Formats: sequence, C-alpha cells, structure tokens
Amino acid sequence: MFRTLLAKEFREQWRTWKMIVFMAVFLITGIISPVLAKYTPELLKSIPNLPAGLAGIIPTPTMADSVAQYLKNTEQFGVLLVVLLTMGVMAQEKERGTAAMLLTKPVSRSAVVLAKWLTGMTIVLAGLLVDGLACLAYTVVLFEPLPFGTFWILNLFLFVFLGVYLTVALMASTLARTQAIAAAGAFGGLIVLIILGSIPRVSDYMPGQLMAWGNSLVFKGDVTAWPALGVAAGIIVLALAFACLRFEREEI
Amino acid sequence: MIRIENLVKTYGSVRALDGLSLEVEPGVVYGFLGPNGAGKTTSMRILSGLARPDSGRTWILDKETGQPGADIRSLIGVLPEEPAFYGWMTPREYLRDFVAPLYNLRGAVAARRADELLEIVGLNEAANRRIGGFSRGMRQRMGLAQALVHHPPVLLLDEPVSALDPAGRKEVLDLIDTLRGDTTILLSTHILADVERVCDVVGIIARGRMLVQARRDDLLARYVTPLFEIETDNGFGAWLEWVKGQDFVTNVTVLEHTARVLVKDVSRARKALLGSLAGQALSVRRFEMVHPSLEDVFLRLTEKEA
Repeated sequence: MFRTLLAKEFREQWRTWKMIVFMAVFLITGIISPVLAKYTPELLKSIPNLPAGLAGIIPTPTMADSVAQYLKNTEQFGVLLVVLLTMGVMAQEKERGTAAMLLTKPVSRSAVVLAKWLTGMTIVLAGLLVDGLACLAYTVVLFEPLPFGTFWILNLFLFVFLGVYLTVALMASTLARTQAIAAAGAFGGLIVLIILGSIPRVSDYMPGQLMAWGNSLVFKGDVTAWPALGVAAGIIVLALAFACLRFEREEI
Repeated sequence: MIRIENLVKTYGSVRALDGLSLEVEPGVVYGFLGPNGAGKTTSMRILSGLARPDSGRTWILDKETGQPGADIRSLIGVLPEEPAFYGWMTPREYLRDFVAPLYNLRGAVAARRADELLEIVGLNEAANRRIGGFSRGMRQRMGLAQALVHHPPVLLLDEPVSALDPAGRKEVLDLIDTLRGDTTILLSTHILADVERVCDVVGIIARGRMLVQARRDDLLARYVTPLFEIETDNGFGAWLEWVKGQDFVTNVTVLEHTARVLVKDVSRARKALLGSLAGQALSVRRFEMVHPSLEDVFLRLTEKEA
C-alpha cells in the first residue's frame, strides 16, 4: 500500500513538471554559484568610471567564495522551492476531493502523509546531489578542487536544513483545508523560523546554524552546532508526527 | 448487511442527522431518498469512514464501523456525489496502477480488471486520455469503475447517475441491476424514476430522520391514494372551489389546465366529479384515474414533514 502511494507521488511530481523544475533550478544554482564567485569581481572592475583605488581593493576570488556563494544561493532558492513544492500537497487533495476518494480505500492516513514527505525529501536529496556535483565541477574548473568529503557533509547539513522547511510546510498543508490557508501557514512557518534564526543566542540553536558548521568543516574551522542539529531533527520529527496525528483524526 | 442506529451528527448549529436509523438487507438495492440537506451524504460519509457521528452506531457486514481494528473499507466501494481524480492520470493508470494495488491486485490481474471496468462503464475509448479533460458524466462513470475494482460486497453510491445523459443513465442503472443479489447497494438519488426502476427497498429521509422505510411496492401500496387527473380547455372556474369543499376530496393541485384531485372514496368521487363537471359546462378534454408515482409519495411525506 505504501509502495503504491509512493509511486503515485513520484509520478505526480514528474508528470506535473514539479520535479523537473526543481532539479533544473538546483542545477542552475550549482553552475551559477562558482561562476558568480569568479566573475563578479571582474565585472565590478570593468564598470566605467570606477573610483580610483577601488579596483585595487576588490579581492581576488577564491574557492572559499565559490562555496560561500553556493551555500547562500542553495539556502535561499532551496527554502523557497521546498515551500512552494510542499505547501499544497495535502490541502490540494482535500480541496479537490481526491483525499475523500483515496480515504474510502484501505489506506492508512499516516501513510498518505509519510509518502508525500518521503517523496519531497527524496527530491530535495536528488536536487542537492545535482546542485553539489555542478558546483564541484565548476569550482574545479574555475578555482581548485574542493575538499570532497567535507563538501558533502555540508550538503548533508543543507539537506537537514531544507528538510525542516519541507516538513513545516507539509504540516501546514495537512492542517489547512484549502490551498490558500496552507500557503499562508507554510510562509508563516518560514517567517517564524527566519525571525528566530536572526535573534542573537537563539540563532545558535536554530537550523540555520548548520550552514556555519558545514562551512567551517570545509575550511577546517572550529564551529560546531550540535544543538542546532538536535533542534532541526526535533522539528522534523515533531512536525511530521503532528501532521500524521492530525490527519488521522480529521473529517474529510 | 448495512445497519445505522440512532445516528446524530451536528455541524455548528445545523443538525444534519437527528437519530437516523436504517437497515439494508443483503443483496438489496436500497434507494435513499430525501430533499437537499436531508442527511443522505452525511450518512454515506459516516458509513465510509470519512466522518464520525456525534452519537449512534453503524455496521457494515456485521462489523461496527469506526471501531479500533474494524477497518471495513476493503468491503465497500464508494462513489461520492462529485468524484474527483488526479487530472494528470489516465483512467487506465488510475484503475490499474493506483486503485487496484490498494486492494492488492497487481500486474496482469490489475490490468485485466481495469480494462474490464473501462469496458463496462463505456470509457474504453478514453482509456489513455488524461482524466483532467473529462466531462462530469465521464467522471461519474470513472467513479463507478473505481468503486467496483475489488468486487465489493457493499456499494455506497451517492447520486450515481445525476450527471449522466439519458443513455448513460440507462446504462448505469442496467449495471446496478446486474449487481443486485450479489452486492448490497445503498443508492442516494433525487431522481425518483430511477429509484422506482432499480430499488427494491426505499427509505425516505428529511431533516436527518427516517420518515419511512419499506419495500418499494409496499410503500406505493401503503401510500397509494386514488387520484383523478382532469384536463380542460378553459380552466375550472367556480368548480375548483366546489371540489375543494367536498368531504371525499383530500387534496387538489392545479397546473395550468390540469387538476389533480386526491380522493378517499373512488366510486363516490367518480360519480360526483363527472356530474359536477357536466353541470358546470366545462370543456373537459381528459378525465382519468391515475396511479400515483413514488414522486407523489415522496412529495406528500416530505411536505408533511416540512
């Protein structure tokens, strides 16, 4: 039963072009990040009438700039894409009536939620793989080889970070009866996480701190963020469990 | 086979079900009749596990629904009033790759069953088209097909022919007719002619309560009231007032130049009505004693309730 639900979810993401768009944006992000890191200083230097001396202080880009650009772009585009990909998945089924058709058949309601979550997480993982490989290749060509192992650990942290947003958006979609309310809930969750992540001291415990940890790993720094990893995992588990429990009790 | 006992369901201040009880015998096609908002769809939703009652109990095949460990969903096929599908799927994919595996039908068995059902509901030529482009009638046929995938012993059909054209309606009613005996069917509809045609037992509900439940023929016999239809060329004038005042007349309705007169005593009414019409010099085109339809019974009961 779970296999059937999972197959339907993957097929839906493919047929409705969502998976393709998601992959394409991640691929472009992976390519464009090293390119921007390499050529942005040169573009700045080529601006006519640049104040005297400014060209001299624009630093020469390095592999570290490529990683920083990659991290920033993947974080921003990734969060937006993940929320857009997920916010309607449950609410749409309820609003269109397909949930009522499905739930009169012998399926577990939690399995419906879990199939959607697993599909979303798999697409995010595949997107990060494409994103990371493109970034690796372009960084090697434009700069120098990246530390391979720690770069993928950084991507693992990105995966957990995006997983938090995906699960919160899925929970909002499960709680809502319409897609409009689901969208409001998903973006509300996004804003709450961003605000909490910008408060000093509190931010040390928020999932965004994982990016600093990943970056530090790549460049042999000493930043760690075990509490943030624990909080991120906790948010994922609790949001998913709450979504399942709520859907189990909901009247369709 | 299907049993509902004192079902109560409230939505805010609206009491959708108010102690509804009914019983459907095995193999019977049960016509579930009632005006809009009577509680038919709510009852179906509770039976199929989509909603929970405030109080009361329901059973399907002697299994009480909504109880831990008593999942009756593999025993029922459900067609909601407005069946909804994934628009990007084709009917064949929906039946073969999605619905059939949920009932543990896979591979060649699922493919064969999907094709068989598409043939039965007349969608074989649209088998590889996207459902997103289907008309409401095609969706209703598709809804019936998905309800039948696993040969369920119980079918819950909410307005199964409401979106179909006359030919499609006949085909679906014929199909329901073939299921009689092997499958217990609870069928809600507004189309009384269809109930008269396929249903063995009829339950009429209004305001969430059962008004009457009986075999179709018993119901007609019980509520049969002799009825005269009189049609004239020039209306009824003062005769109408006269006829309403007669003690053998129970009700008079007039539509344009046709009067329908419900009476208690047929022989006395026939003589008196004919004599009075002749006396009033009305230009009578038709004078006929007719059999009341289920519609007459339905209107009489629901109007009385209102």
